[in-house]
Amino acid sequence: MYRYDEFDHDLVRERVAEFSDQVARRLSGELTEDQFKPLRLMNGVYLQLHAYMLRIAVPYGTLSSRQMRKLAHIARTYDRDYGHFTTRQNLQFHWAKLEEVPKILAELAEVEMHCIQTSGNCIRNISADHFAGASADEVIDPRPYAEILRQWSSLHPEFSLLPRKFKLALIGAPNDRAAIQVHDIGLEVKRNEAGELGFAVWVGGGQGRTPMIAKKVRDFLPEADLIAYMEAILRIYNQQGRRDNKFKARIKILVHEMGEAEMKAAIEKEFAAIDETNMVLPRDAVERIERYFAPPPFDTRFNGAPAFERARETDRDFASFVERNVHPHKMRGYAIATVSLKPIGGTPGDMTSAQMDAVAEIAEQYSFDEVRVSHEQNLVLPHVKLEDLPAVYAHLRGAQLATANYGLVTDIIACPGLDYCSLANARSIPIAQRLSERFADPARQRDIGDLKIKISGCINACGHHHVGHIGILGVDRKGEEFYQITLGGSGDETCSIGEIVGKGFSSAGVIDAVETIVDTYLRVRQSADENFLAAYRRVGEAPFQEALYAHAA
Amino acid sequence: MPIFKGHGFTPDHWALAPDDAPLSGGRAVVSKVRFLAERDALTARNAPLGLILRSGESLDGLEDDLDRFQLIVLEIPKYTDGRAYSTARLLRERYKYTGELRASGDVLRDQIMFLHRVGFDSFEVTHEGTIAALRDGKIKLVRNHYQAAAREGEESAPGRRPWLRVSPRGVPGDALDMGIDGGGI
Repeated sequence: MYRYDEFDHDLVRERVAEFSDQVARRLSGELTEDQFKPLRLMNGVYLQLHAYMLRIAVPYGTLSSRQMRKLAHIARTYDRDYGHFTTRQNLQFHWAKLEEVPKILAELAEVEMHCIQTSGNCIRNISADHFAGASADEVIDPRPYAEILRQWSSLHPEFSLLPRKFKLALIGAPNDRAAIQVHDIGLEVKRNEAGELGFAVWVGGGQGRTPMIAKKVRDFLPEADLIAYMEAILRIYNQQGRRDNKFKARIKILVHEMGEAEMKAAIEKEFAAIDETNMVLPRDAVERIERYFAPPPFDTRFNGAPAFERARETDRDFASFVERNVHPHKMRGYAIATVSLKPIGGTPGDMTSAQMDAVAEIAEQYSFDEVRVSHEQNLVLPHVKLEDLPAVYAHLRGAQLATANYGLVTDIIACPGLDYCSLANARSIPIAQRLSERFADPARQRDIGDLKIKISGCINACGHHHVGHIGILGVDRKGEEFYQITLGGSGDETCSIGEIVGKGFSSAGVIDAVETIVDTYLRVRQSADENFLAAYRRVGEAPFQEALYAHAA
Repeated sequence: MPIFKGHGFTPDHWALAPDDAPLSGGRAVVSKVRFLAERDALTARNAPLGLILRSGESLDGLEDDLDRFQLIVLEIPKYTDGRAYSTARLLRERYKYTGELRASGDVLRDQIMFLHRVGFDSFEVTHEGTIAALRDGKIKLVRNHYQAAAREGEESAPGRRPWLRVSPRGVPGDALDMGIDGGGI
């Protein structure tokens, strides 16, 4: 993974000094909360319902064991012994004390981490495929480009005061695990027919109150032009994006109002006018970044995995774990393992400090010191030897992290919601917990198969409900929490926005409604091989509406 | 209002001319609307000319006349409005504007470095805290940068990543001389 050199260390230390000074001025009363707000937001500090929240950037979701241990230490020392992994592959501490934030930032800087641009109207933490560098279907590892873009976008003098926040995501595989089509900019690293490296570029996707699927503006952007092209898009957005209404300020609205063709023409015109002398991305510079992401020293002498095979035959729980949470690796004899942060009845994405330490230990011993955070609020051990999987499973089990539910109905994404967030209209976490309990039976979950439920506590859609196969949106109806259900959304390469199925449900009724939807799916599916999304796309919403609302009419 | 430029605050020698008032003989700052309407008369005057662009006004239509201005003022009505940052870079990098470039309005102290890097070299700041910080040389800032901007030639390019830049210390007119101190620990 990427390692800081002196330059990077100095930059982060200077930034910590700058923000520590700002915090001191706030604490002394020199700055009012109003004056302090834009400063703290540039450094990932939010004021929530009960306390300050600190959001730590995990660039493209990659952590070393040392970093994970530091996060555990921070959770133990400065918070209430847990942290919360988010849908932007970041980590949030919900109970930080403002006077301790500079100390936390200094501790983070020791392990090459920071909170820069995890909030505010700037380019946010760059996200990427959480299986990058490991997955069997990968064409090009997107992480070197994610790192280059992380650097380019950090404290960018021109693009730090945009009309609204700006999110970039990268993939390098045909299967989109990073939801690039619902990002402000989505990039797919690829090769053209001549074998040269470049990118397909999508612009103007997003969720929030106006969900939109991004438009492809370039099928192939040569690698060398990456930074200049990003500057062209950002400059058009910075100058022409709406600033009169924050709900219409994202680039998706600009793309929509300009139209796809005009937007494309504007980007190409600006790109052509940029002097690339100091902007071009040379191959040898990319290569130097690529070296940080070189494959770990895999054991290439694969002669079968007898312990793995034996455990799979004799231990049904392990077999279930392998079936759901283990994914094909590009290297023979290795696998990718998902560590579910969705125990039955738990809070999606929450993790105790002891669990963080446990995962750090496992990663150090069995996964070349690497952990990934997925935008689905799980962790990933990217490089586990097949033969080591039984031992990894045993350790995960010991840390209560072995829930075998990846991609199943209980692998729910949920934003913090009204339990923490001052923007929320309704609670998300209790809905996730009750759904998880309702569908707790492992056999039933396996029978239902792949099903992504995503829950947001308000229209800002941090829980990605628009792209949930079943999406749940919390709204406030005359002071009461109410939940709207959407069906058929998907954030993958077949990206679609879910459709509202009908009128909403009370907090008590929404769990039954989801169960009705799931039962309806089981009834209409052609076979167990037709998953929820496929069945929904075939039959449409009618059978679901019928089941949900028929007797009410 | 005093202007922060170079080493400290200096009186403003420029006067903003209202669109409907006749110009006196001296230096004057005019709006884009007026310049485009009275272009020939204004450029025939034998006195320094400045231009003010309101937030959201582009450089369209001015491209061939930019070297006529000794001063260009870009208004920043609110610290969250980042449009002037793009305009400044275009002026410096694309149109090679070499005159004074002034940021006028609501600027927070933490934005001074960004403004400097996109090409501004004078500041007409309304924010009390920023004025005090500039006056007392109390601005802490990040000196290392991850991208080229409008200070090519002044900033050094260290190391083997071609996009890295470092602001100089002690070079006349650089951030240090503007009363901005480094934030080193």
